[in-house]
Amino acid sequence: MITAIIIMALGAIVLGAALGYASIKFKVEGNPLVEKIEAILPQTQCGQCGFPGCKPYAEAIAEGEVDINLCPPGGAEGVQRLADLLGREAKPLNAEEKPKQVALINEETCIGCTLCIQACPVDAIIGAAKQMHTIVAPLCTGCELCIKPCPVECISMEPVAENLDNWKWKYPVIEIKRAA
Amino acid sequence: MNAIIQQLFKFKGGVKPQTNKTISAHEPIAQAPLPARLIVPLHQSIGGTPNPLVVAGDHVLKGQLIGGPDGWLSSAVHAPTSGTVLAVEDHISAHPSGLMTLSVIIQPDGRDEWLPRTPLNYRELAPERVREILRDAGVVGLGGAVFPSHAKLSASKTVPMEELVINGAECEPFITCDDLLMRERAEDVVRGVGIFRDLLAPKRVLIGIEDNKPEAVAAMQQAVKSLGEPFEVIAVPTRYPAGGAKQLIRVLTGKEVPAAKRSTELGVQCFNVATAYTAYRAIAHGEPVISRIVTLTGNVEHPCNWEVLIGTPLGEFIQLGQPKSDTNGYLMGGPMMGFEMPSLDAPLVKATNCIIAGSPTLFPPKAPEMPCIRCGACADACPHELQPFEMYWFARAKNFGKTQEYKIFDCIECGCCSFVCPSHIPLVQYFRFAKSEIWAREADKKASEAAKARFEFRNLRDEREKAEKAERLAKASAAKAAEKKAAAATAEASIEPATGSDGADTSGAIAAPVDADAAKKAAIAAAIERARVQRAAAEPKNTDGLTIAQRKEIAEIEARRAPLQEQTDPNAERAKPGTALKEVKG
Repeated sequence: MITAIIIMALGAIVLGAALGYASIKFKVEGNPLVEKIEAILPQTQCGQCGFPGCKPYAEAIAEGEVDINLCPPGGAEGVQRLADLLGREAKPLNAEEKPKQVALINEETCIGCTLCIQACPVDAIIGAAKQMHTIVAPLCTGCELCIKPCPVECISMEPVAENLDNWKWKYPVIEIKRAA
Repeated sequence: MNAIIQQLFKFKGGVKPQTNKTISAHEPIAQAPLPARLIVPLHQSIGGTPNPLVVAGDHVLKGQLIGGPDGWLSSAVHAPTSGTVLAVEDHISAHPSGLMTLSVIIQPDGRDEWLPRTPLNYRELAPERVREILRDAGVVGLGGAVFPSHAKLSASKTVPMEELVINGAECEPFITCDDLLMRERAEDVVRGVGIFRDLLAPKRVLIGIEDNKPEAVAAMQQAVKSLGEPFEVIAVPTRYPAGGAKQLIRVLTGKEVPAAKRSTELGVQCFNVATAYTAYRAIAHGEPVISRIVTLTGNVEHPCNWEVLIGTPLGEFIQLGQPKSDTNGYLMGGPMMGFEMPSLDAPLVKATNCIIAGSPTLFPPKAPEMPCIRCGACADACPHELQPFEMYWFARAKNFGKTQEYKIFDCIECGCCSFVCPSHIPLVQYFRFAKSEIWAREADKKASEAAKARFEFRNLRDEREKAEKAERLAKASAAKAAEKKAAAATAEASIEPATGSDGADTSGAIAAPVDADAAKKAAIAAAIERARVQRAAAEPKNTDGLTIAQRKEIAEIEARRAPLQEQTDPNAERAKPGTALKEVKG
């Protein structure tokens, strides 16, 4: 009887020590789910979801506080991937899906106020005070955050044109012909 | 060549389509006349897009560099004849998409005047220099992949070079340009192979030619013999796609190139015969790649091989073969892997080995696609031993991860699977679709990662700047407080030298951080006050008690001064350092 209790107690102590050690040694920093969610989000940092950037939105999703359909740049496909990851139901996007676009500054009207530079979340605009600004198109994520601050409305969004580098083979479509 | 009985190997799969080669192989290579206009796309090879070196209005000579290579993995582009540059602009390209690409449009002057050419003896040059010459001469793989050849001519440092395989198989139906090249210019081809051999120093050189081209095999053997080279010219069994690099290597050496590896990792390098020929011309004659041999065949009255300038518009080229009236389209490349040219304005490029005029009788419209019955015929035909029916299934469902698990990137798009499919499924189209979707996703992922990094860096910088500013302000206010205190202390000391300064000291230290904001406000207020005082001081004081006429006069003068002042003001502002200047680190 006593030996059995001692054996069980010893076992408990040993296992407890092992678990305690493991919880310190293999401690996971941060929430790994947030990282997975963030990898799916498009990183435009546009704030259209109502959060200041993709990471806060990912954190909010991981907490289960918000819907997964708030990210228009991610599109319906992004919602689907989030739904697959989280085991939630995919919902239609809460906004209209737009084709990929980049901002364009009308350099004739730009007055060089630097407001758009301060608004750009990814440093894709260059220029200086009272000098013309321009957008570095390959870095622009199309977040539209620069449009509002511009006092002279010289920024417009242009859809990304198809060229030989980004052209894709189309899904084979079966032609339906009328029987003669 | 001694009569070694060469042990040949086999690759799995493959098909035997009707070759249709004899129709264009009975006539010698003809010289195509100068077209009225040449459209030379700058991007004609894998790698960086060459930078245009000419502008509209320039006069160029034949062989003059018009597009400089952009980086090491890129290849130069030259003017195919002498004439005037009409424009450097976007023009429709020889690409299935029919999209535009930056091209140099040249109006030939008819004199066909060469830039002075400098023949070189490559044996006297450093290997590095030879590779550079090949890059600057625009020598690229003419088998169809247009990979810059110089980039393949550096022997691996870790793997000893075993075999150099020269590809003269030309397995696609209809195409005979390499056949005719080997028949007529075998010696130059062999000399070109000699250059590659000297650069790579392999143990053996194997020239593989399909056995349906006995004249080419004989001509090459004759050339090898007369030049005294130890190359082996080997006739390989005719079976599509024997001309695929990995298939030909398998047949000639028995080595199987593993998935996602290059043949160089096994000590084998592969070049097309036409590439060897152009490399020889580039070095020994100083002639860059400005023309190539193109088979014009199919539904034409006069099928033949033409030596044609790069940049010749398709519409002018096809007239040489007199297309029949029921021609309904033109394929670039062969019927297995080729694509329909988007327009008659599209130019012939370095990758154009063949133009086939199509007609409803020659290429009957495809039967409608039917469901996959999982017969496995495609898997039997696949020369890469893939499972096309599985890849089809997942590509169709847009489950791209699964297609990658089934090794879709080992697919060479040879078209054997589509050829044998009893359900007429355009399998290769599905694979191309899946591949380009996967590439696009990878590009998006890279872009989003870069955006994230930039966003995080920006946030970090903002915070750092804020902290630095706060620190500066705190320091400034502390300094001010200390100054004030010192002044007060001296004042106090002059009145009451006996009092200790301990109490004042501590109160100042505590007050400094709390006062930072107040000090800032005070400073701003002080600045505004100073500006007001300055403005007041600048204003003339002798304007009190003037007559009405005098006041009017002053008003007129002021009105005249105002626009002038506005003009000079921005200049004065510009002299100040830009306060909101921001660095964009890329």
